[in-house]
Amino acid sequence: MAQTQSLEDRARAWPSWLRNLVADWSSDQQTFKVNWGKAMMWIFIVSDMFVFGLLLSAYAAARLSTTLPWPDPARVFALHIGESEIPLLLIAIMTFILISSSGTMAIAVRYGYERNRAKAALFLTVTALLGLTFVGMQAFEWTKLIDEGFRPWTNPLGAPQFGSSFFMITGFHGLHVTAGVIYLTIVATQVFRGAYEKIGYQRVEIAGLYWHFVDLVWVFIFAFFYLF
Amino acid sequence: MEHTGEQHHPIRVYLVVWGLLFLLSVMSYLVDYFEVRPKGLAWFLITAFALLKAGLIISYFMHVRFERLSLIYAILLPPLLILALTAFAMAEGSYVFNVRAIFFGR
Repeated sequence: MAQTQSLEDRARAWPSWLRNLVADWSSDQQTFKVNWGKAMMWIFIVSDMFVFGLLLSAYAAARLSTTLPWPDPARVFALHIGESEIPLLLIAIMTFILISSSGTMAIAVRYGYERNRAKAALFLTVTALLGLTFVGMQAFEWTKLIDEGFRPWTNPLGAPQFGSSFFMITGFHGLHVTAGVIYLTIVATQVFRGAYEKIGYQRVEIAGLYWHFVDLVWVFIFAFFYLF
Repeated sequence: MEHTGEQHHPIRVYLVVWGLLFLLSVMSYLVDYFEVRPKGLAWFLITAFALLKAGLIISYFMHVRFERLSLIYAILLPPLLILALTAFAMAEGSYVFNVRAIFFGR
């Protein structure tokens, strides 16, 4: 009868480099004393910070290098209300919507840990709906600009780099918001069904990390693309 | 709590942070609306407000203030390297601007 050998016994026959390699990756070491899902979400967020950091650095280089005038964002994104033209109105509203969605998200995390399922699911749904409103307004903004002749390679107001920076940065951010709305809808459904009653409500906090990160990126896009 | 890393905080904290984020956003919008000059001052204020907002979101909404130091360092130090890249990108952008101005005259 074959005797059952533990991995440790078998490893004695391995060459020392292999034994060391396996030991380093398997000896129950822990650096981050948090739930693994949270550590993984943070690793994803750090990598995503690099992506947005690259996009904004490329934007800085493009904007500084062009000899044509950079279109004034305050005028490009102005809205006509009656007779007056209010600069950046749509963008300001979008900013407040996204900040509010971050607030409702934080409250949803709190209610999740209190095991108040109904309220946690409600606030998650509100967060997702605010995110959806944000994406809708961005779609409106894109449509308006494309109608006015803005393209990634040209625009009627000056430097062609404006279009490529705008569509790339806001498009990539909008993609994140869209993914977040889907993610939050799934988490809200699971909270509502009571799927986290046994495993705990940390998954709501992890979803929150992603959502707050999307809000964080918008802070920098709002400051450096729209207000500069 | 220490072992699972769950973050429990009263709702009042979130509401205060929410209010501050609103205030800072309004202030940075007003800097643009009233066209604060010189332009350098406007850029300084907008950047300062953005960094304050980012700090509030990271510290309180993402609970980083309450995490262990090993996690905080792993999260916050690597992205700082992006600033070096941004500095190089800006130097390169200015150089290309000068080359274009000299050789194309526009």
